Amino acid sequence: MSDLLASLDGLRERLKEIPQADERRLQEIKTELLGRKAGALTEILKALPALAPEERKRVGGTANALKRELEQAIAARESDLKRSATSLSDVDVTMPGRRQWRGGVHIVTQIVDEICDVFQELGFTRVVGPEAETERYNFYALNFPKDHPALDAQDSFYLGGDVLLRTHTSPVQIRTLEKYPPPIRIVTPGRCYRRDPFDASHSPVFEQIEGFAVDEGISFVDFKATLATFARRIFSPTTKVRFRPSFFPFTEPSAEMDVQCQICGGTGCAACKQTGWMEILGSGMVHPVVLENCNVDSEKYTGFAWGMGPERIAMLRYGIPDIRLFFDSDVRFLEQFA
Amino acid sequence: MIVSRRWLEALLGRPLEGKDVADRLARQVAPVDAVLPIHQDLRDVLIARVLAVKQHPNADRLSLCQVDAGGGAPLEVVCGASNVQAGKTYPFAPVGATLPGGVKIERRKKRGVESNGMLCSAKELGLGVDHTGILELNTDAPPGTPFLEAIPIVDEQIVIDVSANRPDLLCHKGVARELAVSLGATVKLPEIHDGTTARRHDGTSVASATRANRATRADVDGVQVRLEDPEGAPRYMIAVMRGVKVGPSPAWLANRLQSVGQRSINNIVDATNYILFEINQPLHAFDLAKLRGPAVVVRRAKPSEQIVTLDGVERKLTPEMTAICDAERPQIVAGVMGSAESEVAEGTTDIVLEAAYFQPTRIRRTRRALGISSESSYRFERGIDMLGMPEALARAIDLIRAVAGGEIREAPLDLWPPAPAGPQQPRSVFLREARVAHLLGIPVPRKEIERLLSAVGFVVAPRDERMAVQVPGWRPDVTREVDLIEEVARLKGYDTFPDELRPYRPTTVPEAPAEITLRHIREHLVRSGGGLLEARTLPLGPADSPDAVPVQNPLSAEEAHLRSRLLPGLLRRVEHNWSVGQRDVRLFEVGTVFKKARAGARPDEELHLGIVFTGARHPAHWSDGGGAPSGERAKLPDMDIWDLKQHFELAVGVAAPFCVVQPAPDGAGWVAARRDAAGEVWGAATPLEADAPKWAAPLYGLEIKIAVGQPALSRYQPLPTQPPVVRDLSLVLPAGVTAAAVADVLRREGGVLLERLDVLDEYRGGPGLPAGTRGVTWRCTFRAPDRTLTETEPNAVLDTMLRAAEATLDVRRRSA
Repeated sequence: MSDLLASLDGLRERLKEIPQADERRLQEIKTELLGRKAGALTEILKALPALAPEERKRVGGTANALKRELEQAIAARESDLKRSATSLSDVDVTMPGRRQWRGGVHIVTQIVDEICDVFQELGFTRVVGPEAETERYNFYALNFPKDHPALDAQDSFYLGGDVLLRTHTSPVQIRTLEKYPPPIRIVTPGRCYRRDPFDASHSPVFEQIEGFAVDEGISFVDFKATLATFARRIFSPTTKVRFRPSFFPFTEPSAEMDVQCQICGGTGCAACKQTGWMEILGSGMVHPVVLENCNVDSEKYTGFAWGMGPERIAMLRYGIPDIRLFFDSDVRFLEQFA
Repeated sequence: MIVSRRWLEALLGRPLEGKDVADRLARQVAPVDAVLPIHQDLRDVLIARVLAVKQHPNADRLSLCQVDAGGGAPLEVVCGASNVQAGKTYPFAPVGATLPGGVKIERRKKRGVESNGMLCSAKELGLGVDHTGILELNTDAPPGTPFLEAIPIVDEQIVIDVSANRPDLLCHKGVARELAVSLGATVKLPEIHDGTTARRHDGTSVASATRANRATRADVDGVQVRLEDPEGAPRYMIAVMRGVKVGPSPAWLANRLQSVGQRSINNIVDATNYILFEINQPLHAFDLAKLRGPAVVVRRAKPSEQIVTLDGVERKLTPEMTAICDAERPQIVAGVMGSAESEVAEGTTDIVLEAAYFQPTRIRRTRRALGISSESSYRFERGIDMLGMPEALARAIDLIRAVAGGEIREAPLDLWPPAPAGPQQPRSVFLREARVAHLLGIPVPRKEIERLLSAVGFVVAPRDERMAVQVPGWRPDVTREVDLIEEVARLKGYDTFPDELRPYRPTTVPEAPAEITLRHIREHLVRSGGGLLEARTLPLGPADSPDAVPVQNPLSAEEAHLRSRLLPGLLRRVEHNWSVGQRDVRLFEVGTVFKKARAGARPDEELHLGIVFTGARHPAHWSDGGGAPSGERAKLPDMDIWDLKQHFELAVGVAAPFCVVQPAPDGAGWVAARRDAAGEVWGAATPLEADAPKWAAPLYGLEIKIAVGQPALSRYQPLPTQPPVVRDLSLVLPAGVTAAAVADVLRREGGVLLERLDVLDEYRGGPGLPAGTRGVTWRCTFRAPDRTLTETEPNAVLDTMLRAAEATLDVRRRSA
């Protein structure tokens, strides 16, 4: 009997801990002493019926009193804790808050959506085409001559016969012209493939966004205005742009659009090779042959087209030095842009 | 294409600035990749005069020189060259100087005598191959003058990114022609010098003396020339020069070639290369003595004919290729590469000089088939100026006469096949002023159009309402009116056009449903609270199924197939994350997968959604653990199969909402099957096996085919106005009875009053649970939409539910 009373005295000692216990400790004390299955005090109370009546009365009285005291103390501490959790007194508010996992779309997807959204506001609809194409759609309908050096920059993965992985999103121009009459205004994002080994600035697989407009009376001025508007929307309203001559078989006149270097502001730095400009997209007026190849009257209809690399734009905008980071799927990278 | 700034200066007759040239070219015609100063590694070298030369006391072959390098007292320098002479001027590297290749000059004893610097040979300065003696200079610059100031070799290489349609920019003349427009200058080919004095320009132009032959065979100065493949060589010219003296090139010529990165070989070869870089005409010089016949035969190669090209490789020719042969065998793969056999070398006295136009696509196919390319093939492939060939050959002859002597005894031959295939007259293209305004969006006056086009060599003549524009031979890219409009636009300057937004008509093309679907899925997954990060993996990898489409020309064996599933690629990304110590990885991808279709057709493309995840369910927080005195942290729960099921259900709901999640038939997880009778499987979710580090958490993955379509609209559910009655129901499930089966029965019997049925708990073992059974507790929420339930109504429903469960599944209420 004295054993049980001694145990109860021991348990009583635990009362002192309660006013200092934090929430978790308090839970532990509660379980250790009052737990339904194996709480120390619960065990004693469970043992009562087996005791002699005299003993049962003494031990039971003490045990039940202790139980009440413990319950009161715990309840008091619990309400203290609850108050302090909301009042912040007594809490070190410099301790870190509780995080949750954060998901996010890939930075390249974000850029693609952002770019497409700007063009959607300018009246373009977002369309797509297949990633495996025939030479006709990928090259010949786009005015690439057979056996021409212009094909050198388009080293392709072949799947058999004249089927290849598209080297640009431009085949969607042909597929759209075949299916819809002008006026056409489309923006077409999608994966493209070129047989370039991976390095810091090349990837055998990359994203491209193509744009294409065909209607009566579309001119070089419309072309410049649309793309300059886009650049100012994506970078900043005061960003300077310049257009300079280039060559693509499916545009004429052809142009590259540069924007003022986003890193040095145009004074010249390593990122822009001291030119003050960054190349953003290749573009031009739709070549009449492209229209004629799709049975569209090239005397009546004109248009413009452009293509750009969202990865490259992301690299310029966020200072990402290596294109491979986009494909590594390193969680530490993805979380930076989530 | 590398051009030399100094070379351009010589053509334009005015000084230029590299960066300015780059900017002008970029705005008007072609971007410049780099402006690279050359010979900067000669910065430390000085002009020095040798005052006296005496024999080295301890070495026969060395001399001791007193050298004036401008620094006060003369320096004593040991020199090993036999050509050193007192009173002459040489390049001198003082102590401390660094020479090309990083050689550092130190004060050093040579055979017991201290040498204070070095007199340099051309080779030591990287200016040539001559190392037989030190480089004697012809300069009035006083000793001590930096070498680069005294000797005009400082230059910049301007690296132009020339597009495939502009072969005219592959030479200095063409680049100068464009620059002349923006500078207001004129292009004039420099007089040919023979080293010291200007050579009198021969009044009788060789070109005018050319014998034009509308024939395909003729003799010139004893050499028989036969053009048997006029399709491959539509124009072919041959000159025979006798009495040349092969030797090193004069410094100016060697320097010019060096300034564009070419090695000097000998005066004849250098002269032909000079013409190539000056006016874009590739030339070839044969040693006449080595040509059997002597004959030059232009023909298709015979099947399996062979030639050892200059790079020492034996190559098999095909009849697709044009060969330049002597009377017996091929000497050159036309337009691509020659052989050593008939090469001009020391001792050559008579040469056969070839200027040809080779058909571009044939050259391209040949050089691709042989896997070699050269400065010549690069130009022939893009199309050289067929009309400018006589002038180019004449200039080449002048140049060779100037640097190697020799003479022409008979006017060169000019062969082309009978019309219409022969050298065309200049092509004319019509241009309408109104069309210029229509396409460019602003009017450009006719006068201005004429001025701009004439500036780069077009000849504009009025013809009715239009302009007839004669296209110069060096512009094979200009064939249509629109090509001329581009010329007008770029010469006027793209920047001069306004960029005002003008009204437009709405498009006829609808938004692609697939794009809408994918965007919806991405947003849904990101919002789902699982912390899923979108990955973009390479669609190329090892074969991942029997359906995988092989790539015919992969970059590597590991990337030889297109993916037919997303999970293998995602798995590789998880392994990458493990390899950098990341334990918590949650990735998803939406993208195209490819499956074999019939041979020769495009593969089938499907959109798939894949998810992989492993690691803790929540990020660690300090309040979770770590307070224990032992310092041991409470273990955070890792994600498990129930997270997998949750992700799968969400994914199926958004990607293929007509599917239902079912246990996989093989018991390995779940599948998503169509609700309709066919029950077609669209996706699966399973724990994944991987090459995981010891500390990694279990890995799970799922993949599902995406159905493109409008996402179903949610319907508004009226918010309840009546209070619920909640009852917990603890049931004992015999072995083999699933929770889903029980829930089905409970729901059916619960009827309209049973609003929700949620699993609260599962337990095995313990009182009231016989072996093999388990306990499951459901929380039943009863509510009537229109009235407050009494206490007894739910009890009656509960009884019905229990009775049905017992009757059909032998499921009983757990006794307390």
